[in-house]
Amino acid sequence: MSLIGSFALLLALALSAYSFLAGFVALVLDGSSSDRLGETARRAGIATFAVVALAAGVLVTAAFQDNFSIEYIRQHSNRDLPIAYKFAVLWSGQEGSLLFWSLLLAAYGLVLRMRYKVDSRLFAYASVIISAVQVFFLLLLNFAARPFVLSSGPLAADGAGLNPLLQYPEMVIHPPMLYLGYVGFTVPFAFALGALAMKYPGEKWIHITRRWTMVTWCFLTCGVFLGAHWAYRVLGWGGYWGWDPVENASLMPWLTGTAFLHSVMMQEKRGMLKTWNMWLIFSTFGLCIFGTFLTRSGVVSSVHAFAQSSIGDWFVSFLAIIFLVCLYFYVMNRSHLRSEHKLESLVSRESSFLFNNLLLLVACFTVLWGTLFPVLSEWVQGHKITVGPPFFNRVNIPVALLLLLLTAVGPLLAWRRTSLESIKRNFLWPSLGALAIGLFLIVTPANWGSVFGMKPWQDISYLYSLMTIMLSALVAFTVVSEFVRGGRVIRRHTGQSLLGSMVHLAHRNTRRYGGYIVHFGVIVVMIGFAGSAFNQDKEQEMGFGDKMNIGAYTLVCRSYTQEDNPNYGSEWAIMDVFKGGQQIATLDPERRFYKASQQTSTKPAIRSTPNEDLYLVYEGQNEDTGRPIIKAHLNPLVMWIWVGVWIIIAGTVIALVPSAVPVRVAAAVRVEAVPVGAGD
Amino acid sequence: MPSPNFSLKHVFGMALLSLALFAFLGADEARFENLGHKLMCTCGCNQVLLECNHVGCTVSGRMRDELAGNLDRRDSDDLVLQAFVQKYGPTVLLAPTAAGFDRVAWVMPYLVLVLGLATVALIVRAWKKRPLILPEDAVEPATGAELARFREQARKDTDL
Repeated sequence: MSLIGSFALLLALALSAYSFLAGFVALVLDGSSSDRLGETARRAGIATFAVVALAAGVLVTAAFQDNFSIEYIRQHSNRDLPIAYKFAVLWSGQEGSLLFWSLLLAAYGLVLRMRYKVDSRLFAYASVIISAVQVFFLLLLNFAARPFVLSSGPLAADGAGLNPLLQYPEMVIHPPMLYLGYVGFTVPFAFALGALAMKYPGEKWIHITRRWTMVTWCFLTCGVFLGAHWAYRVLGWGGYWGWDPVENASLMPWLTGTAFLHSVMMQEKRGMLKTWNMWLIFSTFGLCIFGTFLTRSGVVSSVHAFAQSSIGDWFVSFLAIIFLVCLYFYVMNRSHLRSEHKLESLVSRESSFLFNNLLLLVACFTVLWGTLFPVLSEWVQGHKITVGPPFFNRVNIPVALLLLLLTAVGPLLAWRRTSLESIKRNFLWPSLGALAIGLFLIVTPANWGSVFGMKPWQDISYLYSLMTIMLSALVAFTVVSEFVRGGRVIRRHTGQSLLGSMVHLAHRNTRRYGGYIVHFGVIVVMIGFAGSAFNQDKEQEMGFGDKMNIGAYTLVCRSYTQEDNPNYGSEWAIMDVFKGGQQIATLDPERRFYKASQQTSTKPAIRSTPNEDLYLVYEGQNEDTGRPIIKAHLNPLVMWIWVGVWIIIAGTVIALVPSAVPVRVAAAVRVEAVPVGAGD
Repeated sequence: MPSPNFSLKHVFGMALLSLALFAFLGADEARFENLGHKLMCTCGCNQVLLECNHVGCTVSGRMRDELAGNLDRRDSDDLVLQAFVQKYGPTVLLAPTAAGFDRVAWVMPYLVLVLGLATVALIVRAWKKRPLILPEDAVEPATGAELARFREQARKDTDL
């Protein structure tokens, strides 16, 4: 079995190398023979998928068969591992996850190569670039991180088991989503580099790239938030984001990808920011590779990181090659990226995109800087320091607030220039509404809920929280006003209901209105983040019948006990939850001890409502009394985060649906009509 | 029987003392929370000291006791943090300090923001100065009052 897997990986390397070289030669040469050569390269690329899929299938089969003769399976699986988690073995270790990366890249390549008729020349360029990236990963899998290496010594009776933190249903989908995002950015990168290399005429490549980017961005968003949800549900520290280097690694390409999705509209509509967009997508791809490097090189310490290994050097070399190739094509073909229009006013959609990009990039820089500063500090001062949540929060929260303000303002500004009259007309009522909400949150009694009765003058975090909610309200009002105004026009012409008209409106320009829905999802998430300023926690040893009060809740320990199964042993408490004298729930926080890996893990019990989450953690037992120690957290508005993500996904899906009426896209036209409305 | 005046004075004084005591205790609790969130557990979990939830983690419990002890001694915040740095090394602090090379960590993001804003301003200025090249068959774009009239007309037509 190990032989089949190893051979498949070797064959995949040969096929992808052929796909790269033959494709490259076919692009350089011209004529019918080069077409035939190009076709063989395309087919070799398709075959790469089949062979890499075979290798991945072999590894998963080995996990199902408990084939501990393969070292990777011995280290990451065991006989009593539940069946669902045997799939997760593929991405739970260094070698397997690289194989998974390679498989996803091959799958993206397959889709791209099957759709080559959309624009055969551009797709041929993209295919060659994807093959080059594939060659890098297959070189790693064949020579540096081999998944099919045999165990040394006598055959093990059982494996070391899957990391207990990974034995959670979400971990079966979180890494694939994240990887689909990371790997997916290879495709827009390949299109962008290909378009630059071939001096692609017009902006069609931007359409193709933008679609791929939206899909990839959506996967990355899901991956990032699934990771946050997993951290919240499994790690048991009561939070969802710890600014860990590996979390940061996933956030950086998300930020630059988001910037690209916005600024690319300027290229489509106005033929501007071509160089900027090119480097944004190059950077996004580079950050995906950099994130992988961070996770695997051991350069920074993280609870998520794989063990330190030598493959960091491979990634550094690959990053250097990527940069040099991009720089070469940019220097050679930069004349192709000249802007076609000029900026006419600072108060325009174009300038809002510029500032949006600036803020997203500053946020990305802050994350990168904070992640790498410990390394820099060690280099300069001779000792490492920690850069944790206080740094990231203090720097990034003001930037996020400015971004929220732009999210409210930007979509209502017209392309080219916006009059003061138009600004007044569009923003007066939303601004008053946001102010009214702010005042409402201050004057309402505190016992209405966690965020009511705010006193922003008491603490900077309360002020930030209030500002976040007010700006989010401003965004919501502007989004709603856009839907209502457009819907009214449709209603007047068609006689439909207002709701029907708004659906009709969204269908006529899915990208614009899907984008608004994404913005709406983002503010719901931001409101969820704002709740963290009011988190409370309490820790107490709880015997039978003991009580603990937190917020409006009273917790009573009904019982505590132990359980055992072949995979793990567990200790847990049964806690009755009372509010206003009424029992409203029973929660059972748990601690598990996994036998194969000899590791412990917590399973918090959570009662989630739109107002707040009651989050209980079984911290352990007092050795003297044998009674459990329970930590209770009260986390306001956390549910809003998860709901917001669903709205973001829905908005992205809507934006991907083709519009009922095609949206006109500016070609290389120098002068065009002045749009009065906001446009998308 | 004590005079009413004396009694009121005492009651008032007691009330003030109680308030001060409550405020004091409350402040201590707030300081514990505040400082505990500026320190990291050194057991290797990479978590905030007050959020470390490792079962059987002996390090975080000991560190919390030390923190509480320092607060009992009425040490200033800086002194408490310095004591932890001396004992556990600079990685015990969750964020860079505002001194020496650490200051660079705080300055750089803001510097980049300012430089970025300056760059955007320069770009906008350069773009605004760039002459608009019209193709030979192009229509001269409307400006001023004529442009405003067209816009108003379009606004009325579309009600947007």
